[in-house]
Amino acid sequence: MPDGAQPVLEVQDLKTVFKVRGGEVHAVNNVSFDLKAGELLGVVGESGSGKSVTMMSLLGLLPSPPADVRGGTVTFEGQDLLQIKPDKLRAVRGGQIGFVFQDPMTSLNPVYNVGMQIMEPLRKHMGLGKRDAVRRATELLELVGIPDAERRLKDYPHQFSGGMRQRVMIAIALACDPKVLIADEPTTALDVTIQAQILELMKDLQERLGMAVIWITHDLGVVAGIADRVLVMYGGQIVEQAPTRELFKNPQHPYTRALLKTVPSVRGAREDRLAIIEGQPPILGAQPSACPFRDRCDVAFDRCAAENPPRFDVGAGHDAACFYDANTGAPRNV
Amino acid sequence: MFDAPKTDTKLVEVRDLKMHFPIYTGVFRRHTGDVKAVDGVSFDIYEGETLGLVGESGCGKSTCGRAVLRLYDITDGSVKIDGTEIGRTPQGALRGKRPTMQMVFQDPQASLNPRMTVQAIIQEPLDEHTSLSKEEKREKVLALMDQVGLNRKFAGRYPHAFSGGQRQRIGIARALALNPKFIVCDEPIAALDVSIQAQVVNLLEDLQQEFGLTYLFISHDLSMVRHIATRVAVMYLGKIVELAPREALYAAPLHPYTKALLSAVPEPDPDLHDTMERTILTGDVPSPSNPPKGCNFCTRCPAVMDICKRQEPEYREVLPGQFVACHHYNDITDADAIRAASEAQ
Repeated sequence: MPDGAQPVLEVQDLKTVFKVRGGEVHAVNNVSFDLKAGELLGVVGESGSGKSVTMMSLLGLLPSPPADVRGGTVTFEGQDLLQIKPDKLRAVRGGQIGFVFQDPMTSLNPVYNVGMQIMEPLRKHMGLGKRDAVRRATELLELVGIPDAERRLKDYPHQFSGGMRQRVMIAIALACDPKVLIADEPTTALDVTIQAQILELMKDLQERLGMAVIWITHDLGVVAGIADRVLVMYGGQIVEQAPTRELFKNPQHPYTRALLKTVPSVRGAREDRLAIIEGQPPILGAQPSACPFRDRCDVAFDRCAAENPPRFDVGAGHDAACFYDANTGAPRNV
Repeated sequence: MFDAPKTDTKLVEVRDLKMHFPIYTGVFRRHTGDVKAVDGVSFDIYEGETLGLVGESGCGKSTCGRAVLRLYDITDGSVKIDGTEIGRTPQGALRGKRPTMQMVFQDPQASLNPRMTVQAIIQEPLDEHTSLSKEEKREKVLALMDQVGLNRKFAGRYPHAFSGGQRQRIGIARALALNPKFIVCDEPIAALDVSIQAQVVNLLEDLQQEFGLTYLFISHDLSMVRHIATRVAVMYLGKIVELAPREALYAAPLHPYTKALLSAVPEPDPDLHDTMERTILTGDVPSPSNPPKGCNFCTRCPAVMDICKRQEPEYREVLPGQFVACHHYNDITDADAIRAASEAQ
């Protein structure tokens, strides 16, 4: 990762609320982060932690109602994506910011052939003519490693396997040379051997094309192998942020530490008993006024129930939203 | 696991099990082929142990688990559970045998009836198979709820009121209701979040110790299987390619597919990740309706030889307790030569 590189995307205090029967769910609470040029940022968290909703909110992909993006700014290329007009946002989406969704089965249209779907952004955003679009689409399929690309443009999604479909999704996302690619659990629906292929492909593409990537996943193993920097989300907020190596060596937040312990390894030492995190993740009916992890935390104390901790800088580009200092083993004096 | 009190008694013996699903095509629905979901697998499960069954989606591991319990009418082969051959038994006659063998399903959302209360769900096996009084059944259900860590107060609630992990506990309580000996756990944690997975796995281990249960644990998660299983079988395209005690399989896998599978698992430690050797397989799994000639893995194998494309390798015990189906180990019997053959790939 290029140090001190200019951020291409800056998110400040993003809040997203869903209106549901009988109340609200505060899915994203004051999320702030930036994405530097050429960086691969991993976002980890369990389902319901707000990781996907955060990214969908940035691009106005959530249907409203029920979703309501209540506040914050998203700065991309000098403009606030939350404020610009829908047609301008549409030009950014799929053009300068690409998106790869989790399930390649449901996110490709089964009644159009793959070529049409790759050419759609090329013609809409780049204004290419038919012949140029076909040529570019063929290049893209070759780029993502689909053999016999020209012929396969005419094939329909059901004629591709899961891994190949995800390659097609990546080709679509890359169609307009995006500056930022957001990948939402792109390998979760795939088998491990196919996942390894896709991870390899993404790393290679990112290096060659020099784009910034946000990679959402629940798998700490995937993050360890691919990301430059990691955000850990829990209960709709970022609880820890650090460069990857630093995060795994020196996890600060009790949630991150517990999570690392609950995941068994296929190579490291084998524990006789798995560490567990008791209880369930919270469902936030209101803006949290306390730490969302406190009920499951083994070092929680009075203050955790009274205030929601801000993110404390712990050095080495690392911060954690916890009143307890894991290094000294005592509450912070702030 | 606490490497449970493993005995030498075989509780389950499966020999050459085949489960083919016919394909009918055309106007006359002619039988034109078969999906060979499980194509000749043999294994034993010893009393009190956990046999892990791993493989990628579509390799036939779930079908294998269901066929062992005779949820299907199997195409061929023999299944002996607790000394009784059930491979050919008609479904009606199997009912008396059902209490000893139970199943925990993958999706706790789909496998619990949304219109039945938790009490009714856990009680259903008791209604079917026992003649307990109403009061006794109620007591038994509450006791089961305690055992799986569900609050008794919630017996009157419906499944939708529970989280994924709790629903899986309901499914486990139902499987335990008839004091089974053998439980097939079909991806019981795949639908759960990481922090909840560990809770359910620990529960399964506790129950195994308490009741001396025997598990067939089906999963695609190699790290979880390493944690829970005593021995592990690896399936590829309807066949077992390798079966070995856990330590041997993870430390020194013999089959090229096992090696590739293990190396594909992402490592949650950046240092280990950077130093380990990776084998990235190319291509996809072939269709089980049209498997390749010779070895099933020959289309993707990084160490493929000519013979692999012609002749199917024999599945045999090459080291004590370690079975493998690969031509690289033909005619080798001593341990050193096997290790050399494994490294030579």
